[in-house]
Amino acid sequence: MNFEFTEEQLMIQQAARDYAQRELIKDVIERDNKAEFPTEHVKNLADLGFMGIMVDPKYDGSGMDGISYVLAMEELSKVDGSASVIVSVNNSLVCFGLEEYGSEEIKEKYLKPLARGEVLGAFLLSEPEAGSDATMQRTTAEDKGDYYLVNGTKNWITNANCASTYILIAQTHPEKKHKGINAFVIEKNTPGITLGPHEDKMGMRSSDTHSVMFNDVKIPKENRIGEDGFGFKFAMKVLEGGRIGIAAQALGLASGALERATAYAKERKAFGTEIGNHQAIAFKLSDMAVKVENARNLCVKAAWLKDQGKPYGVASAMAKQYAADIAMEVTTEAVQIFGGYGYTKEYHVERLMREAKLTQIYEGTSEIQKIVISRDLLR
Amino acid sequence: MKILVLIGNVPDTTTKIKFNADKTAFDASGVQWIINPWDELALTRAMELKEANAGKVESVVVANVGRAITEGTLRKALAVGADEAIRVDADPLDAFYVASQLAAVAKDYELVLAGIEAADYNSAAIGGMLAELLDRKSISAVSGIDFDGDSLKVSREIDGGSQSLKMELPLLAIVQKGIAKEPRIPAMRGIMMARKKPLNVLAPVEAETLTAYNSFEMPAPKAACKMINEEQAGDVIRLLHEEAKVL
Repeated sequence: MNFEFTEEQLMIQQAARDYAQRELIKDVIERDNKAEFPTEHVKNLADLGFMGIMVDPKYDGSGMDGISYVLAMEELSKVDGSASVIVSVNNSLVCFGLEEYGSEEIKEKYLKPLARGEVLGAFLLSEPEAGSDATMQRTTAEDKGDYYLVNGTKNWITNANCASTYILIAQTHPEKKHKGINAFVIEKNTPGITLGPHEDKMGMRSSDTHSVMFNDVKIPKENRIGEDGFGFKFAMKVLEGGRIGIAAQALGLASGALERATAYAKERKAFGTEIGNHQAIAFKLSDMAVKVENARNLCVKAAWLKDQGKPYGVASAMAKQYAADIAMEVTTEAVQIFGGYGYTKEYHVERLMREAKLTQIYEGTSEIQKIVISRDLLR
Repeated sequence: MKILVLIGNVPDTTTKIKFNADKTAFDASGVQWIINPWDELALTRAMELKEANAGKVESVVVANVGRAITEGTLRKALAVGADEAIRVDADPLDAFYVASQLAAVAKDYELVLAGIEAADYNSAAIGGMLAELLDRKSISAVSGIDFDGDSLKVSREIDGGSQSLKMELPLLAIVQKGIAKEPRIPAMRGIMMARKKPLNVLAPVEAETLTAYNSFEMPAPKAACKMINEEQAGDVIRLLHEEAKVL
């Protein structure tokens, strides 16, 4: 048993911290206000290796472990949830899915540029009427012999506009229900694909979210991932890993808010002393710190299990549900500690609070995580 | 040209500084170590020179004097891009001792870069001492270095302006802020490659120390701030004299 991070893991944590505290912070408020995509930052993060953190170097990734990924996600998220969700989707949904389940040809053609961060990926699962219940895919991918013909609409797609590579989940054999679902890799510029308007979100505003419409879109047969009917299992497996990324994001939003609130409590005075000297504030900080520490331990444990090749689905569900829920609590308390200042944009915590809300919703709501956890208990 | 960058291993700048019970030594327990910020800028500039002069700058090597605890700092320098690291396995007893150790290492390098001061004991002495020990030209307060493949163009801040000089190799340059824009963040590929790069541990040479530390003291804590409102403005002199006792 060992709670020490390795020298390398600490170096990655520090690199992410340096980039976030030095660069992302500069324009994060402005980008949030304008809902502006962080194009330049994504390029810089790619140069630093953050777009394919866990991908094997033979596919042009950085070859780091899941724990490093958690540490990097936490540091980026302390400052900017929008930038970190772009990183998370590319890493733990798209790159992971292709590396784990894609054919050699798919890895050569699609994974390599994604891992280098030259292009971005998006994961197209949710639909207007299939969110938590992902078995109810209305998007169809008809088998036409030498190609698939896709029709339907995908919703809430992160990176939809900036990505060039999509992983699409669609129904091929409706009679087989979820066992008829397939997963495909597809280029965004394929004829017949159109985007809905940019979603005007409450938080993560500089990430790029759209619906995506498919109208008689042809996908080559070789772009299917895995055997016929593997798509639902693929999506669930990929989301197991994706949850670690979002859990670490939620952790970062919470720990970022805690750091800011702690610094403020040491400076701001009320009733003749720093507000941290008032028990009402000190105990709030204490409660926040315990929650953050618990969330970090759950995230690192889930990543460690994954790194060890052990089952991690329940651990990642626990990490995601807990970290997301406490992110909401901790960021809300941080705003409270800052008082009126916390309610303004200048002090960052209101943005962290808006961003935290989404972590309870996307990549499996907190309620869905509880289903995963309780089903395992009651099995 | 081969470049040697001297790397100080110093406490993270946010560290709470403590001393041992009799206040004769720094208490290093629980300290996170970093590359001395000026040295980190020097390393960044060395990497930029190497990248801009492919072939003409053969290698960038980093060196420090310290025990195994400093290897994390050297490994970070390798991750940033240095080709090789050298650690002289000794406690960095004082500036002269450290300079003497580095003199044994530095003679083979045409350009040696030293940060102008260190964020720990702040003696700002090693660079100058090392140049003397090497019997080599040195230039201090350098805020810019360019290399065209043959000679070095060096700029430095002087009182009320700046100076631009052409310098010949070999040279020891003592560099300050401005030498590089920002310290380079290591890319993950660099972090991964740092594992495989050589980190050579050398035995120290015989050298004397010229300094003994008698005691350390913390600066007095900031006194409470007393606000004086407009109506009391006339009392300022009296309060500075009677209460603050600075007049």
